Amino acid sequence: MIVGLENWALARPELFLAAATALLLIYGVVRGEIATAFVSVATAVALLVTAALLFLPYREGTAFASLFIADRLTATMKALVLVGSAVAILMSRAYFEQAKAWRFEYPLVVALATLGMMLMISANDLMALYVGLELQSLALYVIAAFQRDSVRSTEAGVKYFVLGSVASGMLLFGSSLIYGFCGGTAFVQISGALADGRSAEIGVIIGLVFVVAGLAFKVSAVPFHMWTPDVYEGAPTPVTALFAVAPKIAAMSLLVSVLMGPFKPLFAQWQQIIVVASVFSMALGAFAALRQQNIKRLMAYSSIGNVGYVLLGVASGTEKGIQAVVFYLAIYMVMTLGVFATILMMKRRNIMVEEVSDLAGLARSQPMMAFGMLIFMFSLAGIPPLAGFWGKLYIFMAAVEAKLFVPAGLGVLASVVASYYYLRIVKVMYFDEPAEAIDRPSFGVNRVVALVAAFLIAIFSLVPQPLSLIAEAAAKGLFQ
Amino acid sequence: MDLAIKLIVFLPLVAAAIAGLFCRVIGARPAQVVTCAALLIAAALSVFVFVKIGFGTEKLFVVKLFSWIDSGTLDISWALRVDTLTAVMLIVVTGVSSMVHIYSIGYMEEDPSIPRFMAYLSLFTFFMLMLVTADNLVQLFFGWEGVGLASYLLIGFWYDKPSANAAAMKAFIVNRVGDFGFALGIFAVWMLSGSVGFEEIFGKAPQMAQMRIQFLGMDLPALETACLLLFVGAMGKSAQLGLHTWLPDAMEGPTPVSALIHAATMVTAGVFMVCRLSPLFELAPTASMVVTLVGAATAFFAATVGLTQFDIKRVVAYSTCSQLGYMFFACGVGGYSAAMFHLTTHAFFKALLFLGSGSVIHCLHHEQDMRLMGGVREKAPQTFILMWVGTLALSGIGIPFILGNGLGFAGFYSKDIMLEAAFGVHTTVGMIAFWLGVIAAFMTAFYSTRLMFMTFYGKYRGDHHTWDHAHESPIVMMIPLYVLGIGAAFSGLVGYDWFVGHDWKAFWGNSLAVKATEEVLHHAHEVPLWVKLLPLVLALSGIALSYYYYVVRTDLPDRTIKAFPRLHALFYNKWYFDELYDAVFVKPSLALGRFFWKKGDAATIDGLGPDNVAARAQDMAGMLMRFQSGYLYHYAFVMLVGVAGLVTYFMLSAR
Repeated sequence: MIVGLENWALARPELFLAAATALLLIYGVVRGEIATAFVSVATAVALLVTAALLFLPYREGTAFASLFIADRLTATMKALVLVGSAVAILMSRAYFEQAKAWRFEYPLVVALATLGMMLMISANDLMALYVGLELQSLALYVIAAFQRDSVRSTEAGVKYFVLGSVASGMLLFGSSLIYGFCGGTAFVQISGALADGRSAEIGVIIGLVFVVAGLAFKVSAVPFHMWTPDVYEGAPTPVTALFAVAPKIAAMSLLVSVLMGPFKPLFAQWQQIIVVASVFSMALGAFAALRQQNIKRLMAYSSIGNVGYVLLGVASGTEKGIQAVVFYLAIYMVMTLGVFATILMMKRRNIMVEEVSDLAGLARSQPMMAFGMLIFMFSLAGIPPLAGFWGKLYIFMAAVEAKLFVPAGLGVLASVVASYYYLRIVKVMYFDEPAEAIDRPSFGVNRVVALVAAFLIAIFSLVPQPLSLIAEAAAKGLFQ
Repeated sequence: MDLAIKLIVFLPLVAAAIAGLFCRVIGARPAQVVTCAALLIAAALSVFVFVKIGFGTEKLFVVKLFSWIDSGTLDISWALRVDTLTAVMLIVVTGVSSMVHIYSIGYMEEDPSIPRFMAYLSLFTFFMLMLVTADNLVQLFFGWEGVGLASYLLIGFWYDKPSANAAAMKAFIVNRVGDFGFALGIFAVWMLSGSVGFEEIFGKAPQMAQMRIQFLGMDLPALETACLLLFVGAMGKSAQLGLHTWLPDAMEGPTPVSALIHAATMVTAGVFMVCRLSPLFELAPTASMVVTLVGAATAFFAATVGLTQFDIKRVVAYSTCSQLGYMFFACGVGGYSAAMFHLTTHAFFKALLFLGSGSVIHCLHHEQDMRLMGGVREKAPQTFILMWVGTLALSGIGIPFILGNGLGFAGFYSKDIMLEAAFGVHTTVGMIAFWLGVIAAFMTAFYSTRLMFMTFYGKYRGDHHTWDHAHESPIVMMIPLYVLGIGAAFSGLVGYDWFVGHDWKAFWGNSLAVKATEEVLHHAHEVPLWVKLLPLVLALSGIALSYYYYVVRTDLPDRTIKAFPRLHALFYNKWYFDELYDAVFVKPSLALGRFFWKKGDAATIDGLGPDNVAARAQDMAGMLMRFQSGYLYHYAFVMLVGVAGLVTYFMLSAR
């Protein structure tokens, strides 16, 4: 098979990012450790430039013999992923410097992971999907264990690696089944084969189950979520911030394009899987976090719960549902980055702390910080009129329109339970007797990120329409 | 005239608002000035209105204010209705109230919340005036509840005293029982007549007397039932036997409050209500009989309790209860004008006795126990003389046969005419009332002079520090005493002819049930001589006995107690009413409340609802935490189980 290069320009952003990463890697190797600061900033800039290239000019179509696809949805998702990664890189400096693990490889590995995510998002073939996914995963395994001298960090890396391999195995197994039943790996071939009456064949469905399981692992949906709390807690905090944002968005986008693309004829089947995963994720995210004392672990459960809501939007299978998914993911990214920026500012006598009880009385010692956290928590809990409320509202409305009444009802109940632990943080900050005061945060990237995130939430809360229009345009791409 | 009536009613409200809402701004002295001035103006205007209506030819003024409720056939408006009955009450209320306001300036001098006190007093006066000027039953009920509220606030005025709070609650709750009956009575009247306005009700009274109502399968005479229900309300407010338990406890409030609310005005509202509704009651003989019996029993019962009490205010309180009983049995036999006459004279001499007691209490630094008094006349000679005036008025002392009607203190006229009315109707019930009343008159004289002898005569029995600082009350407290003393001495003499004598028709007009009054007064003046003299003789012997017991032979009281220990215990413990109610109503209610609170709300609703859900959520969280073991193979196992489960599901459902 000859690879068709006729549309290679569609992949310009990816090519640019790959080239930039390679160049910066050489630069770093040549200059050594002193280059770290420059490489870090340059990588973040390269990621943002890549995001800009997506839209300047915007193009859509398929390339590389239909292995690669570009449309509104992929562009939007890639932009989110790129911004998330860039911010995560910028947020990490202070943490790693203090941990004496400030190396130029870190931003570059993140960039490679991001490249993998972009390829995942644009995959139009099971093979391309797998290659992109593995590029992303291998890079992420490395950065989870990036703090080599920390036991917890290496443990997190190993756990993620082993379980990730299991998931990859499942994905490959499922792919081979589908290949066997459909006679091809390209999405077009699969949907073509399924469309002519073979949808009911059990082998295809089993293949679908395995593929979905592999992807569900990446978005940490129940019951493939078990790694999440341990990895989130063990990994260095900036890495956790990245994990909570970029790979989630990429994998969710991939899930959407796989399910709504080649497997659309099997909608009745996969809807059941997604609904089950969604309901259990929402419930687990709500209940398991109730007693968590570690904020990172708490955020891990929170992310599981949020994935549950997003999956509910996916399960609706409608344009409204996908629009709600994009909208929710964007807001989720902003809130999560804000929370982690705040967590990264939590230092006492220059040592990082990450227990909920460390926030006690924060409203008195650091009122601005506490107020920012209050906005994030209220928004995560879905208190109107904050942005998180609109996100949940769109999801539930889409689910109700798709007649998913019971899952939507359970979702509302789960969000009630979950609001307990979000509000508990507010209560601890505002009403508990002050613990020893948290250090005054120095002016830095984290403070800017937290401020901007709070500001964006305020904007989305008051004027959700622009974001909602972007999401609408992205969702339309999938249904043309 | 309209303006005068409006001013009388609303000046106290304005004063209360100024003193109550702006007390922090204006301070104590302006609050006193504003409220006292408002009340004095209202009192002066009341005299004007009284003279104009009582001795004029125009007997009824109705001042329409505005429509209140207009719904279907129910049409209620705010209107001030002033006839002779109301005018009498206006004099009583504003007169006593203004005196009490002035007296309070002295009595409450050292209290930190003077403006609040003055505001409550004025607010009470407003509600009382609203009550007596009511044009319909609903407006009457408004005032009725309003005075209940003010009474509650004033009994509990010293809210840091637990006993005062308890007394305030008791007063309010016991009155709820009465008010429940009253409200039912209003509903019944509305159901029967289709109206709550007095004019319409009285017009339809003869028809109502013929009607019957069915309730729970019983066929009841309508008017009798309605009157009985209304009387239950009167019993509550006027502390008649059965619903009297709150009145003695209400003495926890400051003494001016006792004088104004729990002697002169509010507690007489029940009597006023029965007199106001006398056109209904005169057509309800059975209900009237009940009124007579309850009144007579109360008069007797309260007098027996009064014999044994040691708290100076409680003696006067039981005396009030007893005197209210007199008024009710007078109403019951049809002597409405006699009841109103006694109401008026009683207001003067009972307020005098209370304020005099207050003066003694003030003099002895808040000592209320008569066992720790004695010989106070040395320290407070003016109070001593004025208290004698009140006591003789209460005992009904006078010289018969001279000046036509005789010459005596106020109670001499009013109490005698009530007893004569009861005798004059020549019914069994009337005779019971007469004899109980006569015995009570003997006891009244005994216990009221016992109070005098224990307080003012003999040797001081308290501690010397108090005695050294004892002093006569300031002038601002003595002026009201003198004014009331004049009323206690002469109101009977002046009012006799107008209230119950040969000018009564010209005086009352149509404000009381004419037919019954005419008949009763006629018979009352025809009774045999011994009936007229008996109360006086008994009163004098009561005083003589009291003198012998408490001045001459001070060992006799103890010996008498030892001779009749059971009887004394019965009287001293107020016939065990509180204990009975505690066992029958209070304890079971509390137990029921506790049951619903602990078992119903806390255990069932909270326990199965919010608390249970929260606890289960926490359990679930704990379980999920244990699930998160940290072992890789557990995690991988869960993933595989998940996939296997899904595959199994689809394989089974594919068949």
